[in-house]
Amino acid sequence: MSGPSTYDPKTGIEKWLDSRLPIIRLGYDSFVDFPTPRNLNYWWTFGGILAIFLMIQIVTGVVLAMHYVAHEAHAFESVERIRRDVPFGWLIQSMHANGASFFFVAVYLHMFRGLYYGSYKAPREVLWILGVVIYLLMMATGFMGYVLPWGQMSYWGAMVITNLIGALPFVGDAIREWLWGGFSVGQATLNRFFSLHYLLPFVIAGVVGLHIWALHVPGNGNPAGLEIKDPKKDALPFHPYYTVKDGFAIIVYLMVFAVFVFYLPNVLGHADNYIEANPLSTPAHIVPEWYYLPFYAILRAITFDIGPIDAKLGGVIAMFGAIGILFVLPWLDTSKVRSMRYRPLTRWFFIFFVIAALGLGWCGAKNPDDSFIGAVKFVHLAQFLTAYYFAYFIVILPVMGIVEKPKQRPASIEASVLGEDKS
Amino acid sequence: MMMTRIIAAALAAVGLTATAIAAEGEAHAPENHEWSFEGPFGTYDRHAVQRGYQVYQEVCASCHSMNLMRFRNLGQKGGPFEAEGYPNPNDNPIVMQIAAGYQIEDGPNDDGDMFMRDGIASDAFPAPFENEQLARASNGGALPPDLSLIVKARSGGADYIRSLLLGYTDAPEDSHLSPGQHYNEYFPGGAIAMAPPLMDDIISYDDGTAATTEQMAEDVVTFLTWAGDPHMEARKQMGAMVLIYLFIFAILVYLAYRQVWRNVKH
Repeated sequence: MSGPSTYDPKTGIEKWLDSRLPIIRLGYDSFVDFPTPRNLNYWWTFGGILAIFLMIQIVTGVVLAMHYVAHEAHAFESVERIRRDVPFGWLIQSMHANGASFFFVAVYLHMFRGLYYGSYKAPREVLWILGVVIYLLMMATGFMGYVLPWGQMSYWGAMVITNLIGALPFVGDAIREWLWGGFSVGQATLNRFFSLHYLLPFVIAGVVGLHIWALHVPGNGNPAGLEIKDPKKDALPFHPYYTVKDGFAIIVYLMVFAVFVFYLPNVLGHADNYIEANPLSTPAHIVPEWYYLPFYAILRAITFDIGPIDAKLGGVIAMFGAIGILFVLPWLDTSKVRSMRYRPLTRWFFIFFVIAALGLGWCGAKNPDDSFIGAVKFVHLAQFLTAYYFAYFIVILPVMGIVEKPKQRPASIEASVLGEDKS
Repeated sequence: MMMTRIIAAALAAVGLTATAIAAEGEAHAPENHEWSFEGPFGTYDRHAVQRGYQVYQEVCASCHSMNLMRFRNLGQKGGPFEAEGYPNPNDNPIVMQIAAGYQIEDGPNDDGDMFMRDGIASDAFPAPFENEQLARASNGGALPPDLSLIVKARSGGADYIRSLLLGYTDAPEDSHLSPGQHYNEYFPGGAIAMAPPLMDDIISYDDGTAATTEQMAEDVVTFLTWAGDPHMEARKQMGAMVLIYLFIFAILVYLAYRQVWRNVKH
């Protein structure tokens, strides 16, 4: 796919450098002349958007770290000092806090796009797995970042989540104390979370490098789910075609981001986090950040013992399993057809999967014992949706690949663009 | 096992939400009020913030601290006493005068003694109680919360605080109030330790505005909203600029996109 390099160094300095460190050649082959399918739609722009948001988070985060104090007694006040007294601190802090949410919105859309168009299938399994690794790292980074302002939700969210580790048999208690650095969430926890919160984004950046490397070996997937056969007909150079298309999408996404940063800076947060952490006062309603809610719902959906596994451990296993199953997805889907466009039945199962994921998020925000419809409580809805979530991967995808008759696929990417209506 | 018990406690806390929310459900939804600072172009009514500061100073401050506030904040850009010619709020004469009205403990001096001096602009608003224990002991066991962020720290925000200030009624017969508690239908559970803080003409405004209960509630909530979010005006102004810039940029890039792709069917 990458093919022979077409980079032609023209100036003396470029020639000199190219025979010593061909870094310009690498950039040229990767982001200028890289053959990219001509039929990519806007769902393919979220990769670029994510790269931009990783940079926004790192740059704003480095500035925040210059003013933040990782101490139980000063953390809350230091974040307020950033908002009040540091020049443009209110802007940097709002960008960082809302940037995390927008990072997750983009990553979820990027993942749903991958699920719909079969981006995880051969030869892109490693690319997909690296993506799941990035997602896991993002979850850990986001969780620890939310603890740093040391508000009530920071503290109690950290308490609930770290206590989950304690549900593991035999080693749970030891691991939890090791994470805490003590016998409860406290100064040691805050300090190490700050250290790790600063470290992990650079680990993410490293894995993103691998992710892009793994992308550039097989090349982009595309809505038709076909490989590039003739680069002259099926593909376009990345620059200027996709730099300008991604650029447009990035700017539109930044506009939505700006609306939140400047006009709704607290909408995605929780009022209780403007109260300083108090270990003696538990908030009435502990909820994690919105981007963890589907998994929080899965955790709370397991209310029954399964053989020797009690409900709590079962919930923890289900929650981590919900992410873990993504690692083996490439081998669960038995269909050779990548794009759901040509899978008339599975396409509907996918649409229900998206609804189930959103529904789980809703359940996560609600109190499990509240009524959904009549006698059906939210915990029942969460149980049903959790069952569907796992069935989609364990039953539907393996079976549909065998029983479903896919639609006729176009002969090539070019034919998919020229020969038929875009679906 | 310790582990199971902590998990059980954590999950129970989550489960208890049921009861807590049910109890909160009985509280009235706050009354929607029109504020000067609402909407994308809203700004703080400067006079309301000034009057609100007077209400805080003369009424609320006897029990409630505002630990994140410094006197200089009153004179900073967007603050109630911002004055032309004083870009540095520490030089602002109104702020200096307000600060000088307080005695602040400072020290130790070269002899190792603490001493009292007049307040200066960079001093923090003095807290009414030296510590939480004293605050509780003086208020029947209840702790008056710090008001620096109170509007952001309560769901319902400004509407909720205003409703609470105006929401005192006679207790219904089935409510159980302990001595020292008051009934307020907007407070979760209904029983609040704070006595009704405002009544008509409890203060007299420097600017001659009639000090009705409603007027004072609106003013002090406007002040507290400003105190919790002092850079709101700058934030919204910059937001407008950023959005206009991005909008024009987006149009240009879209046109470039159409131009680049003009001969490619996709």
